Amino acid sequence: MSGLRRILGGPLDLPLERDGSGRFLPWIVALMVYIAALALAGMMALHGAAERWQAALAGTLTVELPPGDAARDDAVLAVLRATPGVRRADLLDKAATVKLLEPWLGAGLDPGDLDLPRLIDLRTDGGAGFDEAALATRLAAAAPEARLDDHHRWVDPLLRTALAAEILGASIVLLVGAAAVLSIVFATRTGLAIHQGAIEVLHLIGARDTYIARQFQWQALRLGLRGGLLGLAAGGLTLAGFAAAGRSPSLAGMAAGLPRLALTPLGWTALALLLPGAGLVALVTARVTVLRSLARMP
Amino acid sequence: MVRFDNVGMRYGAGREVLRDITMRLAPGGFYFLTGPSGAGKSSLLKLIYLAERPSRGLITLFGHDLATTPRRELPALRRKIGVVFQDFRLIPHLSALDNVALPLRVAGLRGERVRNNVAELLRWVGLADHLDARPATLSGGQQQRVAIARAVVSRPSLLLADEPTGNVDERGAERLLRLFVELNRQGTTIVIATHSESLIRRFPHTRLHLEGGELTTTMQLQAEYQ
Ligand SMILES: Nc1ncnc2c1ncn2[C@@H]1O[C@H](COP(=O)(O)OP(=O)(O)OP(=O)(O)O)[C@@H](O)[C@H]1O
Ligand SMILES: [Mg+2]
Repeated sequence: MSGLRRILGGPLDLPLERDGSGRFLPWIVALMVYIAALALAGMMALHGAAERWQAALAGTLTVELPPGDAARDDAVLAVLRATPGVRRADLLDKAATVKLLEPWLGAGLDPGDLDLPRLIDLRTDGGAGFDEAALATRLAAAAPEARLDDHHRWVDPLLRTALAAEILGASIVLLVGAAAVLSIVFATRTGLAIHQGAIEVLHLIGARDTYIARQFQWQALRLGLRGGLLGLAAGGLTLAGFAAAGRSPSLAGMAAGLPRLALTPLGWTALALLLPGAGLVALVTARVTVLRSLARMP
Repeated sequence: MVRFDNVGMRYGAGREVLRDITMRLAPGGFYFLTGPSGAGKSSLLKLIYLAERPSRGLITLFGHDLATTPRRELPALRRKIGVVFQDFRLIPHLSALDNVALPLRVAGLRGERVRNNVAELLRWVGLADHLDARPATLSGGQQQRVAIARAVVSRPSLLLADEPTGNVDERGAERLLRLFVELNRQGTTIVIATHSESLIRRFPHTRLHLEGGELTTTMQLQAEYQ
């Protein structure tokens, strides 16, 4: 780092490392980066889950018919299969239907006991070739009692909840960033106050404001990176712990309620960007704080 | 070099501590600024070294009208001015060498040549054995010499000294003044604020006398002896 500083800013004219003004900064930044890392990971996991739900349901519909009219069932199937954009239409037999209901009604049910509706599983190509409204019209003509279910009733509230959670996560990241900026501003102002005499001398012998700001910004970069590294390491460990708990059979039950926190490589990259991010925020904040303060000098 | 036209100055909302100052300092001149305590000597110097702004009037420095000079051009003007502050204002954690090198570093100069020049200058003011000493470990007179070395290291065209002989005995004061005279011979314009009448009589100079914030006399005086 001292080599880097020699290239970038020269030796420090102010003993910023030893004045204590930035002593707590790495810890504060570490905490912020930790919280931001978890919030980001949660957001990405939720986003992934929402995308999987949507993809799983894209291009699938269910047609529900009252039982007891096999001829009408065949006619409906024929209408469905003739509709453009429909890839497959399969009538579920009674056993398959019962299996679908098992989670609600329990196993070991005799299909004969129940007057179950007939279900048609419909697969479309999911593209523009398929027109759901047109299908609904044709279906109503063939069998007015048929119900077309595109699952939006179930998925939309879930997606809305996921979106709300994502917005919450983004707000946490923004708030944490703002708090980090504030602590850097205060640490920098403390440094400015401690070294006011020396700064005045530098100013009076012809130092540009940017020369003085450089002294503070490299120190802030150092502290920001140190804190960022610490917070990121802690966040990475926590996430790895979540992922391991999700895989472990004994803990799988406990972790089942959580969204899968296993991150994609892209997700890990986004998390890793928190480190340069913390450094950059520290550097820019310190620089702007110093420049604004110095602008008040004649 | 320096031109004041009807300059007035006040600190904050206080009363005017300088009033209707009109004067010209010629390049290569040697000036003593005198007057009783509180007359405004330090304030006048602060206006010249751009630590304070006038509340009225016009100041022209090296041909720049300060009222219209953009702030970003002021550092370049400040680098042409060396200042010996009344209280030295050395930076406590830097060695004597680094303190003296500061004006050069600020101007973007560094490296072995700078170091050698600075060491040479410190030897010239008699501090060859104290290059790496922190200011706190130096005597008052030694600190003063470091401050003077820092003021002259970048070969300023204008040197301002605020009571530079306040902390030394009569003989020490005279030695310091000879140093300023030598710089003046090499072309530097010198302004020295002082109380010491006995001292200034020995040097040829132009005298600026302040009384209650007003410039009362500007006289050319020859030295009584040299
Ligand atoms: N920073 C300041 N804020 C407010 N008033 C000030 C400030 N500095 C000086 N003054 C006032 O300005 C007036 C002139 O002060 P100045 O320091 O210029 O006098 P001086 O001639 O240098 O005195 P001395 O010979 O004692 O150093 C004084 O009345 C002083 O109280
Ligand atoms: Mg004074």
